[in-house]
Amino acid sequence: MKLKNIIADLNVYGKNFVRSREGLFFTFVFPIVLIAIFGSIFSGNGGGSVPLYVQNLDSSSQAAQQLLAGLNSTHLVAISFIPSGANVTTYVSAHSITAALVIPSSFGRSVTTGGTVYLPFYNNPAVSSSQIAGQAIGSVIQQLNFNLSNAHDSIHVQPYTDSVVAQGYVDFLIPGLIGFTILTTPMFSVTFIVSNYKKDKIFRQLSLTPLTRGEWLMSKFLWYIIISGLSAILMIGTGVLLFKARVTVDLYVIPLVLIGVFMFVSLGTFAGSVARTEEGAAVIGNIVTFPMMFLSGTFFPISIMPQWLQTVAHFLPLYYVIDGLNAVMVYTNYTAAGIDILVALAITIAFFILAMLTFSWKEA
Amino acid sequence: MQAKRLCLSEHKVFIESRVQMHMTVNVSISAVGLKKSYGPINAVAGIDFEVRSGEVFSLLGPNGAGKTTTIEMLEGLRKPDAGSINVAGFDPWKDASRMRRKVGIIPQGFNFIPRITPGEAISYFSTLFGVTDRSGELLELVNLKEMERTQFKDLSGGQKQKLGLCLAMVNNPDLLFLDEPTTGLDPQARRNMWDVIRKLKAEGKTILLTTHYLEEAEVLSDRVGIVDHGKMVACGTPDDIIKQHGSGKILHVSGNETVARKVNGATGLHCTVDGKNIAVEITSNSDVAQILDIVRESGVELRTLQLSEETLEEVFLKIVGRMEDIS
Repeated sequence: MKLKNIIADLNVYGKNFVRSREGLFFTFVFPIVLIAIFGSIFSGNGGGSVPLYVQNLDSSSQAAQQLLAGLNSTHLVAISFIPSGANVTTYVSAHSITAALVIPSSFGRSVTTGGTVYLPFYNNPAVSSSQIAGQAIGSVIQQLNFNLSNAHDSIHVQPYTDSVVAQGYVDFLIPGLIGFTILTTPMFSVTFIVSNYKKDKIFRQLSLTPLTRGEWLMSKFLWYIIISGLSAILMIGTGVLLFKARVTVDLYVIPLVLIGVFMFVSLGTFAGSVARTEEGAAVIGNIVTFPMMFLSGTFFPISIMPQWLQTVAHFLPLYYVIDGLNAVMVYTNYTAAGIDILVALAITIAFFILAMLTFSWKEA
Repeated sequence: MQAKRLCLSEHKVFIESRVQMHMTVNVSISAVGLKKSYGPINAVAGIDFEVRSGEVFSLLGPNGAGKTTTIEMLEGLRKPDAGSINVAGFDPWKDASRMRRKVGIIPQGFNFIPRITPGEAISYFSTLFGVTDRSGELLELVNLKEMERTQFKDLSGGQKQKLGLCLAMVNNPDLLFLDEPTTGLDPQARRNMWDVIRKLKAEGKTILLTTHYLEEAEVLSDRVGIVDHGKMVACGTPDDIIKQHGSGKILHVSGNETVARKVNGATGLHCTVDGKNIAVEITSNSDVAQILDIVRESGVELRTLQLSEETLEEVFLKIVGRMEDIS
């Protein structure tokens, strides 16, 4: 294997790759867009409150003002008002409102006299934002009731927050998306390139030069290590800067990224080699990639999945890469990461052997 | 015409004659008793030929004749079932990597990495072959210098083929395999490619050309070999083949089917109808007067009268007996 041949091929392949806008978008922009979207949704930054519509028919009472102040202080709801003359049922239906609270005109008087008052709450239990609004209202009302009866909480939960274990969603998302990039970029690109080069006889052209199959594959490994490394740095940077993600980046991340890239370049080479047509390669690529994309803990922890799906996840190669990255970057659990590295390495060797057995310069 | 299968003793004589020829004429390619089968199909059923140094040799044949398999065996891409090959002094199958350093090859349907420029492609191949980057010189040779920085996907068909030729020339080979280098090109681009091939021949390069265009083979080649059903059915200079297999001159004259029948009946000459004319394969100039008399007697107005020699294409069709595969 000649280094100069590998570098020459890497140079040409790299130029061809970076001149493709689609390739650059999916490698560098798409993962950042995903982090930005998921991070914004789940990090709690930037208006994580749900809409709550209130018809205040007792606006002059202090009790109603206290209730509204209490709701605002939860930061869980964003209050909008329904005109006092409007029919609430009609208004809720006309505006597709999922959470609406009515403060009746007798509210202040009942609170002052110690009478009982009911606050109508129009809600849709199927919608999570409606449930959140209901919980916010319940906790504020409870607090008001305590205050009125001069009661106090006797039993409390004392939370102990471990700085390592208490990860936010974005901390979990970063290793998942690094794994996602390690999967998709080499897998889709190499599957397509192998089948396309075969069809367009570019492999045949290369076979007439001193470049060997091994050198060509090695340059692909190196290229996707560079690409995946840069992509990972960008994702970690975005997560840390925008969403204050807390992830550990140390030497253990390197073998996981390397093995992950080798694994999916090999699998992509195998898929592209066994496919007879480009369309066939795309189908194989999708069949292999999509289950891994969603069942390996990329966007959510596999612990929330049914037990049988969790079992399936353990048969997916990407699971070990993402689990290992999570172990290192989120939990700093190096023992677990070491096991993941060994399993991923074994799978990678198997894929590499399959790739070398099926990969040919000759067109189909 | 069908090639006769050589028996063992004939083979020995053939090989001995080739050895003698090597001593007097430099031979760049020699193939003896070449055979290749795919299951029950005999793609190549015993081909013998050679390409002499400095000549343009065209390998012709209809699709499925065994031409591509023969070329692939010569390029070292397929292992022959039987026979021996010598290309630039090497056995292409056993010594493919050393052989490919000495020859340049444009595979059929040349294609390249889409977003790479001709300059970068030549530079890439130069590194792989371990030779000095001559991109400027090579692009100049094929008149592609102005497209040096244009990505491959944006080149025209003819420009792509020219780049293929440049890549085949990177290692400065004395022997070039050009496998259908003008297929799909417009007439102008095809003629540009002919000029380049002539230039290479003038530089002393040996060229093995395969083409579907018989006219191309006729104008470019020193010698041609016609392959059919896996065998070499004719081999020689285009003139020799036309003389050997053609019927000489053809008289094109105004006429119809009735006239053609009368001419055939009266002269016994082979006669075909071609639109408002008939084409008669004449054996001597005296046939012309007799044919003109028949045309006149038939009341056909004489609007066409042309005497021509048979072309390689016409002879080729006669030899392989089917024209549906000819582009």
